[in-house]
Amino acid sequence: MPTQSTLGAVLRKRRDTIMAQWNQEQQREIGAARAARLSAEELARQCAQFLDLLVQACQAGSIEDISSHEWTPMREFLDSLSRERLLASFAADETATFIFSLKRPIFDALRSESGADADELAADVWTATVLLDKLGLHTVKSFQRSREEIINRQQQEMLELSTPVVKLWDGILALPMIGTLDSARTQIVMESLLQKIVETGSQIAIVDITGVPTVDTLVAQHLLKTVTALRLMGAECIISGVRPQIAQTIVHLGVDLQGVTTKANLADALALALRRSGVELRKL
Amino acid sequence: MERIAILRMGEFLLVTIQVEMHDQLALRLQDDLTQAIARHGSRGVLIDISALEMVDSFIGRMIADISGMARILDARTVLVGMQPAVAITLVELGLSLPGVATALNVERGMQLLRSAQESNDGAALQR
Repeated sequence: MPTQSTLGAVLRKRRDTIMAQWNQEQQREIGAARAARLSAEELARQCAQFLDLLVQACQAGSIEDISSHEWTPMREFLDSLSRERLLASFAADETATFIFSLKRPIFDALRSESGADADELAADVWTATVLLDKLGLHTVKSFQRSREEIINRQQQEMLELSTPVVKLWDGILALPMIGTLDSARTQIVMESLLQKIVETGSQIAIVDITGVPTVDTLVAQHLLKTVTALRLMGAECIISGVRPQIAQTIVHLGVDLQGVTTKANLADALALALRRSGVELRKL
Repeated sequence: MERIAILRMGEFLLVTIQVEMHDQLALRLQDDLTQAIARHGSRGVLIDISALEMVDSFIGRMIADISGMARILDARTVLVGMQPAVAITLVELGLSLPGVATALNVERGMQLLRSAQESNDGAALQR
């Protein structure tokens, strides 16, 4: 019956041989193109740390369950490894190769240890395979998770970037909306606009929808909500940048924009806003 | 018993809601305010809700009701200082408070009431 201690003992005994062979394997797998992104010393350091952690974990706990607490340092190491490789723009399979390329060195070591006993060797190899597969899968999983985190963060940043509130005049704010409006975005747009209204004490807000590709009933609904919220706070809202196409769509959809001031372009809206706040513009 | 103070400023009444509104308090305010309008013959009411951070549908309705009651007593209501979060909540609740005049702060609200007073028919409040 192969136990974790067999693997642990072999690993410790033949650490140097395994290490050298593994390094070679990886250098070959990674290839010249990747070498620029990951130095040989860095790779050797990662390999050494992985082997140390593996030996430790094999001796401390069960091989079957890598989610147990004995494997915590190992899991943390793999998490940070996959994050590093993600940042160095490695692919998921290249990252997993780090673990899987260890198979051959370990199998070789087990073979020279068990010698002719085929049954024992087969059992040991099986144990090692299962373990390395689990570790490899964990690495891929955390690689993917890191990538998802990045995507989520970028989505958030995009949301914030695409909704700037600009001050056009004393008491007049403008919000140029760009991209498709959905519920989440409208919520953020509304919040940032209302917040800015409070901060600046502005009385008129111009929402420019030139950059909104299509307006459907839902988008119109969102716009109406924004207008109503602004009115409740005591500010006026002008919607500008309504293209002919969009005007047609709105009427065909039967959306009621009666109570809302709309203008074809931002210039007209600004002129109206200035007039309402009592500013007169004329040529000198 | 807890109650919301109603301050008299010339022809206008100023109500500042600084405590969290609960239903009993809101009903009491309706009572007190209508009586104060009748007693002082006030022409305008300013309700400052800048300290109010939470509203529910009941409070929203109450504000709309007060405005309606004041109008019957020939006083205009201006709601001032609504916080963004409160405005969003009311919109999501479907309470757009039609017919209630609003202003950003007490100063602007006062201006609005004065100009309505000058034109004497309250047309300035009909947006």
